[in-house]
Amino acid sequence: MLKRLFSLAIVFVLVFALAGVATAQQGGKLEIFSWWAGDEGPALEALIKLYNQKYANVEVINATVTGGAGVAARAVLKTRMLGGNPPDSFQVHAGQELTGTWVVANRMEPLTELFRSEGWLDKFPKDLIDLITYNGEIWTVPVNIHRSNVMWYIPAKLKEWGVSVPTTWDEFLATCATLKDKGVTPLAMGENWTAVHLFENILLAQLGVQGYRDLFAGKLSWTDDSVKAAWALFDKVLNCTNPDAASLSWQQANDLVIEGKAAFYVMGDWAAGYMTTTKGLTPGEGFGYAPAPGTAGVFNMLSDSFGLPKGAPNRENALAWLRLVGSVEGQDTFNPLKGSIPARIDADVKNPKLYNSYLQSAATDFAKDALVGSLMHGAAAPEAFLNDFQTVVSVFIATRDVELAASAAQTLAEATAVR
Amino acid sequence: MRLNVDRLTALAVLAPSVILLAIFVYGFIGQTFYIATTNWQGLGMGDISSIGLRNFEQLFIGSGLPFFRFREALVNTVVFTVLFIAACLSLGLLFAILLDQRIRAEALFRTIFLFPMALSFVVTGTVWRWLFSPRSGLNTLPALFGGAPLPPDQWAWFTDRRQLFTFTWADASRLVLIAIIVGLLAFAVFSATRRRPVQALIAGMIGLSLIGWVFLGGVFEALGNVVRPAHGVNLAMFSIVIAAAWQMSGYTMAMYLAALRGIPEELREAARVDGCNELQVYRYVVLPLLRPITFSAMIILGHISLKIFDLIYVMAGGDNLRVDVPGIHMYLTAFRGNNFALGAAIAIIMLLLVACVIVPYLVNVFRTEVRR
Repeated sequence: MLKRLFSLAIVFVLVFALAGVATAQQGGKLEIFSWWAGDEGPALEALIKLYNQKYANVEVINATVTGGAGVAARAVLKTRMLGGNPPDSFQVHAGQELTGTWVVANRMEPLTELFRSEGWLDKFPKDLIDLITYNGEIWTVPVNIHRSNVMWYIPAKLKEWGVSVPTTWDEFLATCATLKDKGVTPLAMGENWTAVHLFENILLAQLGVQGYRDLFAGKLSWTDDSVKAAWALFDKVLNCTNPDAASLSWQQANDLVIEGKAAFYVMGDWAAGYMTTTKGLTPGEGFGYAPAPGTAGVFNMLSDSFGLPKGAPNRENALAWLRLVGSVEGQDTFNPLKGSIPARIDADVKNPKLYNSYLQSAATDFAKDALVGSLMHGAAAPEAFLNDFQTVVSVFIATRDVELAASAAQTLAEATAVR
Repeated sequence: MRLNVDRLTALAVLAPSVILLAIFVYGFIGQTFYIATTNWQGLGMGDISSIGLRNFEQLFIGSGLPFFRFREALVNTVVFTVLFIAACLSLGLLFAILLDQRIRAEALFRTIFLFPMALSFVVTGTVWRWLFSPRSGLNTLPALFGGAPLPPDQWAWFTDRRQLFTFTWADASRLVLIAIIVGLLAFAVFSATRRRPVQALIAGMIGLSLIGWVFLGGVFEALGNVVRPAHGVNLAMFSIVIAAAWQMSGYTMAMYLAALRGIPEELREAARVDGCNELQVYRYVVLPLLRPITFSAMIILGHISLKIFDLIYVMAGGDNLRVDVPGIHMYLTAFRGNNFALGAAIAIIMLLLVACVIVPYLVNVFRTEVRR
């Protein structure tokens, strides 16, 4: 009997000891969930390193899920959140991807108080604050800004072919004919999402800033003649692209331009990072850039951000993370490596040691241009819309049926609206 | 049925796996079906209500493009299944017969043909994505021999947008519906004359309720409204079939080879004595004896092809309409578009498709075991 009691006591001691260890560890962890690996990994790692300098006893878990430009990560995140196992903070595109998926589902904590106490309310552009505000509360901390409406080219090649950079789509279509005669693909394109990316910038050129905003606010119908004109233009532009688009990643499509097989490429400015870091080209000389045709004076933006899910296991550590992400120091650590510009207006963008000439010009435009949100990259429309809109674009590429695409998009917009 | 120690032991041994299967297979199938009958969209769980079989109805006769995409995926799956099974069976049989000719280094060739099966579909998909890449893959092969590379727009492989044998969903499903109803009623009449009243009653009931659904539910009118783009045999699908057959035909070869080795030499000898030439030996002796193997191979290949996801996702991406399949559409609908109810409905339809293949097989196996 005594022996039994003794062994029972040992078991109890062990259990409590283990429990003690477990709680001690829990207090010192922070799990960051993102799809940043490979080329984008070092930027996140630098930010984590900075965090560890400030909070040395916190063990940061870098939970990255790669693949499909974030599609795989978001799928894993959704199962984790539905299963009641949220990370402490996760990467999310500012705008409708955040609002439509997470905020309306009541799975995020509002961060307005954090913005107020840190004095951030006037440190981010007003349009960006509007994008991350829903029902009067702010829901996420933007870390960077990327630009969607950029057209890339190689200046030396253009000189060789004797063409100049088109500033409108009409000019582009004229240039398209010239280039086709020379056996050059006028516009490089990759797999389906790059087609959606191209289309959003055609839409922006066709509708203008107000029309584009109205369209995604539900004030302009997708079956309006101006939107149909954008589809018709998209049809013509598609005829200027490479026929094997569906087999190319965005980098491979970019390579067509670098190798002189294609003339232009409409892609977000992560392409600048790819061409400077991976391909070793100098911005302005090795490669050139201009706003996508018909979108000068407009900055079609997307923003990566970090939010605070309800039920985050290490809430205090997560808040410290968010304070770092939103600080000037954090943004100037992250963005030069990521190849994006800071979301804050008071960051050190003029410093040429940190930001190259492309990023400086992007920052200048960001400060003065009208801002709109990208469709493909989660700012302008909720995921439910975007998912099926990618079907609409893939059907349009196969059928080129303007009426069908217009009515299908309108049906989608009505079914998935988040107001 | 007395409870003795033996029975109790049997129960105790079986219970864990039965319980686990009941929860983690059948329980979750049930849950998926339940989700498929709701309107669950988005990450909020608050306002979920039951909408019956509407999701299923929409998939088949709904007019939106997402439903069109499902039907395109369904047609692709049927095309893929037929071509993939045909390719694997014929190549596998060919290799097996060739290897069966008592050739030298047989083991080496057997390993070479069987080896692709050891790879995962992800690896196969990546490799064939490179091979079929219109600008840089197989199309540049003629250049090695001094020719011009094949033009990428003509030899587009998995990026091809052309279709053969196009038809509209409305026409096809009207035909299929009428065929099913006529078939069921004919079967009912046939069973009645054979004095199998239960069979006749069930077939008749299903047939009549289908007629009721078609006419009262306005199915033909709804079909008239479905979106126009045609379905058909997509040329891009052939690239996928080639990659999949490359991987799996070694497997059918192994099965056929084992079966060929199991055919007694006496039977062939007897046929030859009776005056058969070699072709006739295969035609009248060997092939009929291979029938059970063909049947098993079809079942195994069939359920692989109906569930295929990874190969196509890796090879052609997730949004390539011409090679879309229900597995990819389900994943994107549920986990990218947050439409969990519709995703679950697609999953259930995939389950039913696979069941159409597996259940007859199980029934067959069960019958032969009982006979023994």
